[in-house]
Amino acid sequence: MRVLAISGSLRADSNSTALLRALREEAPEGVEVELWQGLREIPPYDGDEDVVPGPPAVDAFRELVREVDAVFFATPEYNSSVPGALKNALDWASRPMATNAFRNKPVAVIGSSAGAFGGVWAAAELRKVLGAMGARVTDAELAVGHAHEKLDDDGRLADDDVRQGLGEALGTLLAEVAPLHAAA
Amino acid sequence: MTSTIAQTEQKIPTGTWKADTVHSSVAFEVPYAVATFSGDVPEFEASLEDGTLTGVAQIASLNVKDENLQAHLLSPEFFDAERHAEVRFEGTNVTRDGDKVTVDGEVTIKGITKPATLHGTIVGPAIDHFGANRVGFRLETTIDRTEYDMKWNMPLPNGEPALSNQVTLKADLTLVAQEA
Repeated sequence: MRVLAISGSLRADSNSTALLRALREEAPEGVEVELWQGLREIPPYDGDEDVVPGPPAVDAFRELVREVDAVFFATPEYNSSVPGALKNALDWASRPMATNAFRNKPVAVIGSSAGAFGGVWAAAELRKVLGAMGARVTDAELAVGHAHEKLDDDGRLADDDVRQGLGEALGTLLAEVAPLHAAA
Repeated sequence: MTSTIAQTEQKIPTGTWKADTVHSSVAFEVPYAVATFSGDVPEFEASLEDGTLTGVAQIASLNVKDENLQAHLLSPEFFDAERHAEVRFEGTNVTRDGDKVTVDGEVTIKGITKPATLHGTIVGPAIDHFGANRVGFRLETTIDRTEYDMKWNMPLPNGEPALSNQVTLKADLTLVAQEA
């Protein structure tokens, strides 16, 4: 089973990306968590460029989403909402609306922030966007406040509660994938 | 009911009757902003058998006038057609008072079953111009879509929700007697 992990941050020392690296370590046997590296390559959405074939980075992203079984998002919170680069990538991926790559795709969203609230507003808005796109938005939740304090000097997650929360969120996501596999 | 058949019968017909789907329809209506939004589900089966009225609609055939809207209605935010292909009604208590009919039963949407009562009219049975014995039902009920895990909404500028939670389900059925 393949899970695509998408960080909403481009920053090299991103807390969100660090959480997804830890998520990879929490994956059960048989589950491959791939960290998406393509966010920086996605151009600003332009309807005039939204043709077939589309921009190569966009087409590659759409194809990757179609191939994986589920998508796990970790987002920071910019101005109480979803980071623009991530929203932009989803705007591309949401096209064409009726048959977009995220339609029926099981997704999980977690948030993190330097402050106390752990990106709950960004996560809520991201869930709303994904729902509007037709994704299967799971109940997985994790809000990691003071996220930078939960990483060690090497940027590795050093908080057992958060690590447990990651595992539970991943379990919730995988449970939504399982029925389809069982029916196949 | 609008019908060309004079109303003479007073009982619910016995035996087995199946829908002539060409001359039947299953549809929904829901208040949306300042008007009413509607659609139909053309792929369905319905039958009346030993007093039980059953209808099963394939929700993937849901027909509205925009493909993006159709996709939204079939998505997990609404019917989740990928996981729940059928919308079902089963009514085990069909009662008639002249041309009025009431059917007590259960509606299943998105795998969730709730009691519902259909109200409407009945015409026939009557023999049609090809010799088939037909009975017509025109039925509707109103459900709260949030009870079936369909909670999507969008606030209007005045703060009111764009989409009503109250959805009217409608079935206009022509049932044909099956030979024993």
